Amino acid sequence: MTNHWVDLKNADVILVMGCNPASNHPISMKWIMKAKQRGGKLICVDPRFTQTASVADLYAPIRSGTDIAFIGGMINYLLENNLFFKDYVVQYTDAPFLVNADFKMPGELDGVFSGYDEKDTKYDRKTWAYQLDEKGVPRKDPTLKDPNCVFQLLKKHYSRYTVDLVSQITGTPKDKCEAVYKAIGSTGKPDRTATSCYAMGWTQHTVGVQNIRAFTIVQLLLGNMGMAGGGVNALRGEGNVQGSTDHGLLFHILTGYLPTPTASLATLKDYNIKFTPTTKEPRSVNWWGNRPKYITSYLKAIYGENATKENDFGYAWLPKLDEGMNASWLALFARMYRDQFEGFFAWGMNPACSSPGAGKVREALGKLKWMVNVNLYDNETASFWKGPGMNPEQIKTEVFLLPCCSSIEKEGSISNSSRLVQWRYKAIEPVGQSMPDAEILNELYFRVKKLYEKEKGAFPDPILKLAWEYGEKDRQGKVKHLDIHKVAMEINGYYQEDVYDKTVSPPKLIGKKGDLVPNFVSLRDDGSTSSGNWLYCGSYTQKDGKVVNMMARRGKEDPTGLGLCPNWAWSWPLNRRIIYNRASVDTNGNPWDPNRPVLRWRPANAATGAPARWEGDIPDGPAPPLANEKDGKLPFIMKPLGVGSIFGAGLGDGPFPEHYEPLESPVPANPMSKKHRVNPTIPVARLQAMAKDPSFLFSFDTERYPIVATTYRVSEHWQTGVMTRHLPWLLEMQPQMFVEMSLELAAEKGIKSGDTVSVTSARGELSCAAIVTDRIKPFMIMDTTVHMVGMPWCFGWQYPADGSGGDSANLLIPFMGDPNTLIPESKAFLVNVRKLADKRSQAPAAKAAQNERGQS
Amino acid sequence: MITRKSFFIDTTKCTGCRGCQAACKQWNQNPATKTRQQGTFQNPPDLSTATFKLVRFSSGTGPSGEPEWYFFPDQCRHCIYPPCKMAADLKAPGSVILDTRTRAVIYDPAVKVSPEAFKEIRAICPFDIPRYDAKLARMSKCTMCIDRVSEGLIPACVKTCPTGAMQFGDRSTIRKMAVERLAEVRKIYRRASLINPEAVRVIFLVKDYPEKYYEYAATEDAKGITRKMALKKILHPVASLEDWIG
Repeated sequence: MTNHWVDLKNADVILVMGCNPASNHPISMKWIMKAKQRGGKLICVDPRFTQTASVADLYAPIRSGTDIAFIGGMINYLLENNLFFKDYVVQYTDAPFLVNADFKMPGELDGVFSGYDEKDTKYDRKTWAYQLDEKGVPRKDPTLKDPNCVFQLLKKHYSRYTVDLVSQITGTPKDKCEAVYKAIGSTGKPDRTATSCYAMGWTQHTVGVQNIRAFTIVQLLLGNMGMAGGGVNALRGEGNVQGSTDHGLLFHILTGYLPTPTASLATLKDYNIKFTPTTKEPRSVNWWGNRPKYITSYLKAIYGENATKENDFGYAWLPKLDEGMNASWLALFARMYRDQFEGFFAWGMNPACSSPGAGKVREALGKLKWMVNVNLYDNETASFWKGPGMNPEQIKTEVFLLPCCSSIEKEGSISNSSRLVQWRYKAIEPVGQSMPDAEILNELYFRVKKLYEKEKGAFPDPILKLAWEYGEKDRQGKVKHLDIHKVAMEINGYYQEDVYDKTVSPPKLIGKKGDLVPNFVSLRDDGSTSSGNWLYCGSYTQKDGKVVNMMARRGKEDPTGLGLCPNWAWSWPLNRRIIYNRASVDTNGNPWDPNRPVLRWRPANAATGAPARWEGDIPDGPAPPLANEKDGKLPFIMKPLGVGSIFGAGLGDGPFPEHYEPLESPVPANPMSKKHRVNPTIPVARLQAMAKDPSFLFSFDTERYPIVATTYRVSEHWQTGVMTRHLPWLLEMQPQMFVEMSLELAAEKGIKSGDTVSVTSARGELSCAAIVTDRIKPFMIMDTTVHMVGMPWCFGWQYPADGSGGDSANLLIPFMGDPNTLIPESKAFLVNVRKLADKRSQAPAAKAAQNERGQS
Repeated sequence: MITRKSFFIDTTKCTGCRGCQAACKQWNQNPATKTRQQGTFQNPPDLSTATFKLVRFSSGTGPSGEPEWYFFPDQCRHCIYPPCKMAADLKAPGSVILDTRTRAVIYDPAVKVSPEAFKEIRAICPFDIPRYDAKLARMSKCTMCIDRVSEGLIPACVKTCPTGAMQFGDRSTIRKMAVERLAEVRKIYRRASLINPEAVRVIFLVKDYPEKYYEYAATEDAKGITRKMALKKILHPVASLEDWIG
């Protein structure tokens, strides 16, 4: 999130789109209800009338996979009706920047931007560039009139998204589109804000990144970034998944979102040259310019004393990706299916149920030599070889199930959607022989290290040179019990030697060897500091000689009344609660919204001697406001040019979001483009040629599969349900796989609520109970009736043991996704539905418990 | 000092998360039952000796074509003049007591109730709350978490509710809260009402006709005593409240 959970209470308008917080983040409704109590309006745009919709002030249905059309219409509406926040747009975004005159857009090129190579299905982004002046800084038109300025290009691009056309594509009634646009447009004033909440409903599409980009453009136009009650807020789907991306668990990043090096970047210098952005804009902070400090500090953290200036701080020991290597989820399982892996650690996950194309994934697991599944319970992955359609005789995979303990049986931090890192304590001892993941890793590391020492192997140093000082060691050198505080401190970072400020005379001691580094501003690229994750530098610090775990703080004070609560735990970066908050003030440092001031600049007071300073949230850097010609800085400090990007030249599939149909779409053509039905950077033809079974990737057969399907969650179950299906009180509430469908579709198919039905896609078949409901209605798309169904993905054959729960919706999902992130397109695909059997009566035990009144 | 209590359940803030249903199970250590997906989120299908708090789901289409999805976190109303106690005093004396301080309606688990007595006790409840364990010959229902409340805590369901839909406190405070909130809600929802606020300690606020939420959400007679009772001639003159408390 750019903002945070509690901040939702400050919003005048809350747009819930691509998520369902009432069901899946129920506690967030506390803050949303507070916003409503203050007069705020909740808008819910969703294919289904969800639990969130039930308390919304405005609900608009939308066909799954058409969010860009909807938001494109919104941008058009805001611009046509002059509802944008002009000062903010001119001063804090790239709207005035002039773009290369050769840049062309889909309106002219029938669905693509300039630079498209049809064979490679890639863009040459040369024309997606600003015009630069002699100083190397973009040329600007602050009047926003130049036809080549970003603002005018934006206007031209989205002028094609008329409400009429948008309504035809999305199936959203015109009056509903306009009502939503009007409400959101009302926050283009300085003293009104809108916030957006989104989750997998936006990300899990072949245009996932562009979905989010579209609303970022809206928020920049309305001046809602950096404001209380504003921002673009991802509702993370797991309590600590923010932590997992922060700490580099994805293949393309190291900790703190440092890019993973590729093999061609042979030295640290090569890495720094490639990944350290520079800027010619003197008023831009360009914070990523500090990259070398963070990568060196990271290397010092993991290799400790073994990392020296002479050996490039151990950079050679860092694993590297091959050039252009895709090691994302889809790529890994595709390789596994083609027999290209020996072993697999399925650590804290259940891919047999969570993966798209789950059926093939289950088969792929059978091609491994061995698999280690670390989990709290047995599950569909660990026991894949016993699953439906499996022949254990023919499966040679050796499976190890290592029991790990739950989050309440161990101590440590959890990083939530708010970037808030909260320390948790151990409530009870782990059950049986289960162990914290960290202890399992400790054991694994020690044994692998011993093997490398004994047997040497191809490249032992990356393991042998690791620093592993997490506790007292036994005689063999194994850490007896991993002290999670030591890990947290290493993540924060230490001074590796006495560090001096040499700009003064005599040199001033800044940090003593062995002290915790106070924040990432103090990190250096010369090996004198270490930090396991620069973003978390400041989370475990020292004050007056006392060590303070900032994440464990529980102060409830809220001096601004905005819910910033600066003494409650710690949020990155630097305990800042709302990022880009320098955009919440005008160039003099006065808050745009005096009723909800996130920051305010207090000039120096000659009378009292108080120095000039910011008050409120932790500012995005201490520099004075922009009105200070010499030292003032632009607000978007992580961007090289210091302003928010309406023109997103860094993405692979276009600088402005454009509507394309999902891979599996119910309409024969994309109304926005004759030539390009789906995202042009997806190599459809190449993938189909490569795949042994092309329909496994996706199917264009709308005759066989005419119904749009989507997936979602329920309050009662967690992810694939590995934990929650084992909790009787939860399973009682949500016992079995179901599919929700409209009254109209059910009537067509002769289906009644509670009947057993079969849902099929090109990937597989699933039987489940039907929920026939008013909450889904058919869509009118380009004069055709399109039906939609939806399913949760929390069930699996392995438990309940009698299989009564049903199996995972992910058996049906296409094995393809967004070209930037490669996240699968789980939210819009095609299925068919047919009835299997009549509704079965309620289970005997429940019936007996009812104590009938003597009526049947 | 612990005094007369009430609940306020504002269904306009309820999102059907069922935290209350689970919290009740947990606090009372009630077992789960095996259920089937019958075409609704509502499960188990009804209150029972294992389920004292049940969120009822009902959906339909409103007059303007808008979908509607209503959540009704059903539980015993802890009536001011509980009909079940009236019937029990005659048919199974001692099985239903009125706590002197909170006025919670409590089913004493130590007092056995015959199946015939139970049939009448259940039939007289306008909200269809009482449930019966035939093997143990005893009745059970929501206890108002009397063990928690006696120690100055709030009921488990109220504690868990994330949106503030469930509120608990002294009756005078709760009544005031309910009346004020009704006025606010009526500005947008003309049909909003408090359900039988003079007859019950568990006051529901609904934005639509009560029968759209659940068949037994409301009772016709404001005093909570139905014509059914009168017809069955169970009613006998009650001189005062003290007669009840005994």
